[in-house]
Amino acid sequence: MGPSGAEHNNFPGDEVELVLRNKNVILIVLIAALFAVFPLMVTSGYYLGILVIVGFYSIVAIGLGLLLGYAGQVSFGQAAFYGLGAYAAAILSGTYGWPPLLALAAAPLLPAAVAAVIGQPILKLKEHFLVLATLGFGILVYILMKEFVDLTGGPSGYTGIPYLSIGGLVLSTDKQFFYLVWFLAFLTLVGAWNLVNSRMGRALRAIHGSEPAAEAAGIDTARLKLKVFILSAFLAGLAGGLYAFYISFISPSPFGFHASIQFVLMAVVGGAATIWGPVVGAFVIVGLIEFLRWAVPVVLPKAGGEFEIIFFGLILVLALLFRPEGIMSHKRRKQRSEPDAGKEAAGTCST
Amino acid sequence: MLDVRDLTKNFGGLVAVNRASFSVNAGEILAVIGPNGAGKTTIFNLITGMLTPDEGEIRFQGRPLAGLKPHQIARLGISRTFQNLELFRAMTVAENVMVGAYTKGKTGFVRAILRRPGTTAGDRKRYGEALELLRAVNMAEYADEPAESLPFGLQRLLEIARALAAGPQLVLLDEPAAGLNAGESQALVAFLRRLREQNLTFVLVEHDMATVMDVADRIVVLNFGSVIAEGTPAEIRSNPEVIRAYLGEDES
Amino acid sequence: MSPESQLLQYLISGLTLGSIYALIAIGLVVTFNITGIFNLALGEFVTLGALVSIALYAAGLPLIAAFALAVLIAAALGAVMERTAIHPARKANATILTLVIITIGVGIAIRGASLLIWGTHPYILPPFSEHAPFTVAGAVVIPQSLWVLGLAVVCVAALFAFFEFTYLGKAVRACVMNRTAARLVGINPQRLSLAAFTATGALGALAGIFVAPITFATYDMGFMLGLKAFVAAILGGVTNVPGAIIGGFLLGILEAFGVGLVGSGLKDGLAMIVMILVMLIRPTGILGAFRRGA
Ligand SMILES: Nc1ncnc2c1ncn2[C@@H]1O[C@H](COP(=O)(O)OP(=O)(O)OP(=O)(O)O)[C@@H](O)[C@H]1O
Ligand SMILES: [Mg+2]
Repeated sequence: MGPSGAEHNNFPGDEVELVLRNKNVILIVLIAALFAVFPLMVTSGYYLGILVIVGFYSIVAIGLGLLLGYAGQVSFGQAAFYGLGAYAAAILSGTYGWPPLLALAAAPLLPAAVAAVIGQPILKLKEHFLVLATLGFGILVYILMKEFVDLTGGPSGYTGIPYLSIGGLVLSTDKQFFYLVWFLAFLTLVGAWNLVNSRMGRALRAIHGSEPAAEAAGIDTARLKLKVFILSAFLAGLAGGLYAFYISFISPSPFGFHASIQFVLMAVVGGAATIWGPVVGAFVIVGLIEFLRWAVPVVLPKAGGEFEIIFFGLILVLALLFRPEGIMSHKRRKQRSEPDAGKEAAGTCST
Repeated sequence: MLDVRDLTKNFGGLVAVNRASFSVNAGEILAVIGPNGAGKTTIFNLITGMLTPDEGEIRFQGRPLAGLKPHQIARLGISRTFQNLELFRAMTVAENVMVGAYTKGKTGFVRAILRRPGTTAGDRKRYGEALELLRAVNMAEYADEPAESLPFGLQRLLEIARALAAGPQLVLLDEPAAGLNAGESQALVAFLRRLREQNLTFVLVEHDMATVMDVADRIVVLNFGSVIAEGTPAEIRSNPEVIRAYLGEDES
Repeated sequence: MSPESQLLQYLISGLTLGSIYALIAIGLVVTFNITGIFNLALGEFVTLGALVSIALYAAGLPLIAAFALAVLIAAALGAVMERTAIHPARKANATILTLVIITIGVGIAIRGASLLIWGTHPYILPPFSEHAPFTVAGAVVIPQSLWVLGLAVVCVAALFAFFEFTYLGKAVRACVMNRTAARLVGINPQRLSLAAFTATGALGALAGIFVAPITFATYDMGFMLGLKAFVAAILGGVTNVPGAIIGGFLLGILEAFGVGLVGSGLKDGLAMIVMILVMLIRPTGILGAFRRGA
């Protein structure tokens, strides 16, 4: 019995375009519109500021999500790339007097180059050793930021970062940064979506599915993993550069181990194997931090420091125990109704 | 087409493959048989570059494969299936086949991100080819299902379809009929025969003697990593050493 | 100070720190051998050992009782960790990577809890004895260093005796070598995993108690100590207990001399560089080299 329905198979891309034209376009337009009018409606600088930060984190988390969810590799040193981007932007524009826009454009190149150099050997490591190596790298960079006082200003921080200006327009308000960051975050999303839904994206998911089979299909798995690692470092560096110009003063403390954990958390909580997931994760985690910073001192007035890490730890454990695919994952497994699939297979090869 | 000379591989103290030599001629189906642990899968892993030989040489179309990575060997035109299915389980059936055809594509990393013109057209072409291949194995209706939802027999078949997708010259099949019922095995045999007519070459590892005798042009018998016999099915069937070493221990 | 006494000074502080690293590293290696995973939360048990015993001592308990109770509490927490996080994840067929990330999660949860309970202040644990520091060949020796060294040696000897001479210890080693065989002789690998996490929790706490009088105790003291213990374990070849001990002392000495060379700020960076380089260049550890050479 030959399946007669074979003819109606469409290329999935067509399907996507079709769907895009209907449901998703409306959704995307709605979300974009929401983002566009948000700064006009919200007068509280607090919320706008938080959303700018979420934008930075989203860019980092999208990159990490590609690494974690698609290439199946982990990095506990992502904050180091974020920090390298921030310091590169700050030092190039502040110390060396580069035009800020040029410094911002150059900022992601430093972490990307570092990733290219360390990625080759480090990505050969598996499991614990990959975790420890990336973690160790993150701590090393953090220490160097503190110790190279002449260049970075050390623990007391780096001041003197000029305003970012784009073609004469000086960016100084939260509103301006909001639009810039979310524009770039949107571009990042589109790029990531393009990547994932391409030959390269399929190759990445294949590596995640089975590395030997991917190799046997002619995929240079080591090289592809390295490319995603470099891309994730590039994106973290871009976000870091933006952050430096936004905050105008940087110190090593936001680039430490806890920040790296935070990024992993965003990717894991949101669902690393979706493009949107990490963005949702960034919203959830930043929202949680802000909530805790408000709520915990109400209960425990003496609490200080980054006590929110206790919840990070718990959420990380719970997420991995109960929803390893993340909150965004919706297993789109269509239940097959024919129970006699096995019988069909009997005549399978005879055509 | 493929020449294996004095191939040797040790795992610790265990000699998994012991100075094995054999050749595969273009357009034939060569069966490699032997009891469990004889070293059949290890030989596949050595040919495809997943393991490095301790000694010996493998040449494909006259070219030595030493030092090449698995993906480089795949690009020379050697495909394989895996004994313990290695499907991309979360991907759809069509996507599995499309990954199999990875080497046919051109879109690079940066071009993919920027979605340069032509990338979608290339994907569409791959998808069409995947469907065509799936139709040939009567699986087109499953094209957009996740691979993990397939029944076992179809998963085996999908492994084969994926291996064929790149348009290889030599296909290594590691127990393709394991777990299939009699009807499925027969259909598989017929399918392989048809492919051979299209000038494909196969090396087939298989325990099921009926299938082997049915489909193989020649048979290489391994025992404890050594080649103990080589010949046509008829010769092998009457070879006393083979009967002692192989059939005596393993009834199938 | 003469150059010789300067060297001696470095050596003493290196050995002191190194014995702490070695002690924690033993816990890491034993857990790794039994369960196949590195417990990246172990450093936090070091913190707990120090801070809990300080709190109990401040609450009026005699020092020894405070120590014992702190070790017990850490052991219990290790058991809870295994039952609530590791065991269920294993049952759900979690990958090793997931398990490792889970231990990181447990670690930062404990660190956050310590922060909430104790804040960021440093706490002081009195030295185990009241003697004044004395000098040996020009180098200053604080008595606590001797305590640390001595107790570490005792602990290591006790562990060694346990694994070599007791039935249970031998059984554990059997299980490490072959899980199925262990099951056949009636050892339950699951229970062994529970025991491993419990015991290493206790061991970590003990290390924290030893080191607290020297370094002050803070909520984040264990993180770096734990990481250094990994460096020690990796130096020693990951699965090798004697290797981990030697690795611990080597790292301690390297750091002590490193401080003299590059300054204390970069000391921690040195350990990270050592870790990454060893993993990349000689994943079998330095002892592998010695063995092959011998
Ligand atoms: N990676 C490995 N490390 C150690 N030993 C291995 C490894 N791979 C295979 N072996 C051993 O080498 C021997 C040959 O194994 P191989 O898988 O090649 O046998 P086989 O002929 O394919 O057997 P089967 O019919 O069971 O598939 C076996 O004893 C096996 O245990
Ligand atoms: Mg086999």
